[in-house]
Amino acid sequence: MGRMNGLVLSLGALGFGILYLPIIIMVIFSFNAGKLVSVWSGASLKWYAGLLENDQLLSAFGTSLLIAVWAATIATIFGICIAVAFVRFGNFRSRLALSAIASAPLVMPEIVTGLSMLLLFISMESLFGWPSGRGVDTIIIAHATFGMCFAAVVIQARLRDFDMAIEEAAADLGATQPFIFLSITLPVIAPAVVAAWLLAFTLSFDDLVIASFVSGPGSSTLPIVIFSKVRLGVTPEINALATVMIVVVAVAVIGASWAIRRRLSGRDQNQ
Amino acid sequence: MVRGMGKYLVNLPAVTGRRLVIALPLIWLAVFFFLPLVETLQVSFTSPRRGIPPYEPLWGIGDDGFFTNFTTGNYALLLQYWSDYFGPAFNSIKLAFFSTLVCLLFAYPMAWWIARSNEKWRTILLVLVMLPFWTSSLLRIYALIGLLNPNGFINAAGLWLGLIDAPIQMMQTDFSIYMGMVLTYLPLMILPLYAVMVRLDADLLDAAADLGGSGVQIFRTIILPLTLPGIIAGSLLVFIPAVGEFVIPALLGGPDQLMMGKVLWTEFFRNRDWPVASAIAMLLLAILTVPIIYARYQDGRDAVAETPNPKQAEAG
Amino acid sequence: MAPFIRLKSISKHFADVVAVDDLSLDIEKGELFCLLGASGCGKSTLLRLLAGFESPTKGVIEIDGQDMAGVAPADRPVNFMFQNYALFPHMSVADNIGYGLRRAGMRGTELAERVDSLLKLVRLHKLGGRKPHQLSGGQRQRVALARALARRPKLLLLDEPLAALDKKLREDTQFELVDIQEKLGTTFIVVTHDQEEAMTLAGRIGIMDAGQLVQVDAPRRLYERPKSSFVADFLGTISFVDAVVASRDQTSITIGGDLNICAACDDDLPVGAAVKLAIRPEKIYLSRTKSGNVNEIEVVVEDLAYLGFATNYRVKTASGQMFKLQQQQRRSLDAPLSWGETGYVHFDPQDVIVLQD
Repeated sequence: MGRMNGLVLSLGALGFGILYLPIIIMVIFSFNAGKLVSVWSGASLKWYAGLLENDQLLSAFGTSLLIAVWAATIATIFGICIAVAFVRFGNFRSRLALSAIASAPLVMPEIVTGLSMLLLFISMESLFGWPSGRGVDTIIIAHATFGMCFAAVVIQARLRDFDMAIEEAAADLGATQPFIFLSITLPVIAPAVVAAWLLAFTLSFDDLVIASFVSGPGSSTLPIVIFSKVRLGVTPEINALATVMIVVVAVAVIGASWAIRRRLSGRDQNQ
Repeated sequence: MVRGMGKYLVNLPAVTGRRLVIALPLIWLAVFFFLPLVETLQVSFTSPRRGIPPYEPLWGIGDDGFFTNFTTGNYALLLQYWSDYFGPAFNSIKLAFFSTLVCLLFAYPMAWWIARSNEKWRTILLVLVMLPFWTSSLLRIYALIGLLNPNGFINAAGLWLGLIDAPIQMMQTDFSIYMGMVLTYLPLMILPLYAVMVRLDADLLDAAADLGGSGVQIFRTIILPLTLPGIIAGSLLVFIPAVGEFVIPALLGGPDQLMMGKVLWTEFFRNRDWPVASAIAMLLLAILTVPIIYARYQDGRDAVAETPNPKQAEAG
Repeated sequence: MAPFIRLKSISKHFADVVAVDDLSLDIEKGELFCLLGASGCGKSTLLRLLAGFESPTKGVIEIDGQDMAGVAPADRPVNFMFQNYALFPHMSVADNIGYGLRRAGMRGTELAERVDSLLKLVRLHKLGGRKPHQLSGGQRQRVALARALARRPKLLLLDEPLAALDKKLREDTQFELVDIQEKLGTTFIVVTHDQEEAMTLAGRIGIMDAGQLVQVDAPRRLYERPKSSFVADFLGTISFVDAVVASRDQTSITIGGDLNICAACDDDLPVGAAVKLAIRPEKIYLSRTKSGNVNEIEVVVEDLAYLGFATNYRVKTASGQMFKLQQQQRRSLDAPLSWGETGYVHFDPQDVIVLQD
């Protein structure tokens, strides 16, 4: 085993390098006064300033945020339903169907889901009049749809490890469903629910392909705007935007794991 | 799981509650996931037209009664211009396949490193792996462009250090595609591998060494077979979406790296030929049916294999 | 002739923890030796050092005259049986047992025959095709044993081999283990925290505490002649009396105070020396009336527990000294004493152990 360590470590380090080198370079050059990512022309915050004045980017950011929050919330609620059904309900009648339909979106290419959803919305519109045109609501529906499948996976994992004895204790003390679920189960799996919400949020916020299909005029999301800009050429404001987003996410993730570790060790101390 | 269900099954409100909990997501997904696929199949059998929507309805009731516009013209087109459509199809499979291998090559040692670390390092490394995943993949690919461009960072550094004489063409090559795929999909490959590796009992490795196994032998006879479920899960998780990937070939690839995703996009947005685009989507699905079904089958098998069989044990 | 296994001043440090502290030990060929101690005493670490999974920070390990420094586990004439068995879950029982043989290059009929004879040895003959998860705990234990014996190691290390079995199974397996060891003549080193198990299995026991060997002896000597109060207390039950030597002669000492106990003692203990006397419960006799024996003390019954074949008593003297004794069921003229009753204990001076910690 010792002999393998050198190979393992170097490949591993290389992997982490590939993962991080582009981001690191981009963050550094977001402070570059010049436009290129190859020539350092001195430090400057002008791209960040330009960000604040870029109405297009800002409104797209707001749209993405709104959509992601709605989509994540819907996805999490439905994801809980799916997870509960799979872990608790045994072999119910439509289990196979639900299992197939809830796992396919996980691997389906986005381009297929995006196209197909748009076609559905159009024929729905012609048949029922709703949804009228594509916009924020259609994007929310689309994102919630694949979001709930991912949310279900996260929550299912936690639910499987759940100690049923505490629910049985609650029942023994007089509580009934759905009260048991709301007052006991949900709080205990809360971290997984939060994780699922965040996952659905991220997937929605980052989605380009599906949003491109089901969006309409006036409902451009941030990825759509970025993509169109990138195709035209490198704009340094994107570097600044990326840095901001990465820093926000990094702080959030690190803060969350630190908070979780504090909570766990605090619990140990209390015992 | 079965133990606690008795109480639930007795309550009638609980039963209707159960039905609701199952029905809600089932109906939603049936309407917004399954139905669209049916719709796509339908549209793939119609023909394009000007107007909104830009395809003839498959059937309807008109002045002369029931009519239908069923045509297999789109599929005929795909076959006729075989190299324009099946070429990218094979290319997609090829690029996705090798991307999966490259991901595996990096992800395996990384996952092993993380799984064998102590508690503290493990969380740190996992956070490091997941961090890029939480940031926009679009932006990461954009960052990669900045690295690989002829006037990008790597070329600039290479010229400045005197390692190269002229900029190397790294964009719009198979290499840039693979780098983009690794960048995007590496966390997806690492996680299932890690999940399997972390459950690997360290004593098994000691036992194998004690019984005379060399490092390579231990890897071949113990580690590899026991991490195989993780390898398969991760590979499917990467390969299947990679086949239909659009953004990576669009931003990092050139005409030689044409993939199905790009073809579909072009047909849909550029040529406004929705029926052909739908046919391509169906083709993509057809290619992926077997891997998708295999992935589902593996999921079910892993769940079963984990539960020990007490009856057989007692009989012995 | 040099001993078969020689540990010379072995120390093992982990970060800030000293797991094994300057330990020396010789083990003879063909012995069944037990390392006994509470969890955390270093016995498992010592075993792993012998196996080669860890390297000693200081000291030398010699097996059959060969220095094991730098020798990998695969190359040592040693095999290890793990506490939780560490059976390869993806291989059948036969493949598990044959793993070490295949690594040694054995193939074909030779391999199959050897695996077969091992299966017979541990009485799993029909179960070669089963996978570990299809076996009971006791069966898995036997597979682990067979696998560890396959390569005919000169030394077999067993880490708490019976810990995961239930009581009845454990008792049966203990004797099986001794049988197999005697039949094969392999040197066994067994690590356990269960003193009954150590007493049953071992030819010699090494008691460990905080990384050091406290006493190494045959079970009988450890039980009847412990060299420290730690060992005396560790094995079985014992009653301690703290006292000072009041007078002595050639063969015995007497302690002062109202207990006035006389103990057989060969050591040269001066008057006034602080000693700890220890007496085993089965060596203390309890009766209702005085009988005029040596070391007779009046006591009151504090507590008793009827076990069926015997009764355990906790009795106390007027000065607060506690004795724990065990009285066999036997017909006697006295009715057995009950709670709160007064009686008299007596014990033979030869049975009193004199300790000086």
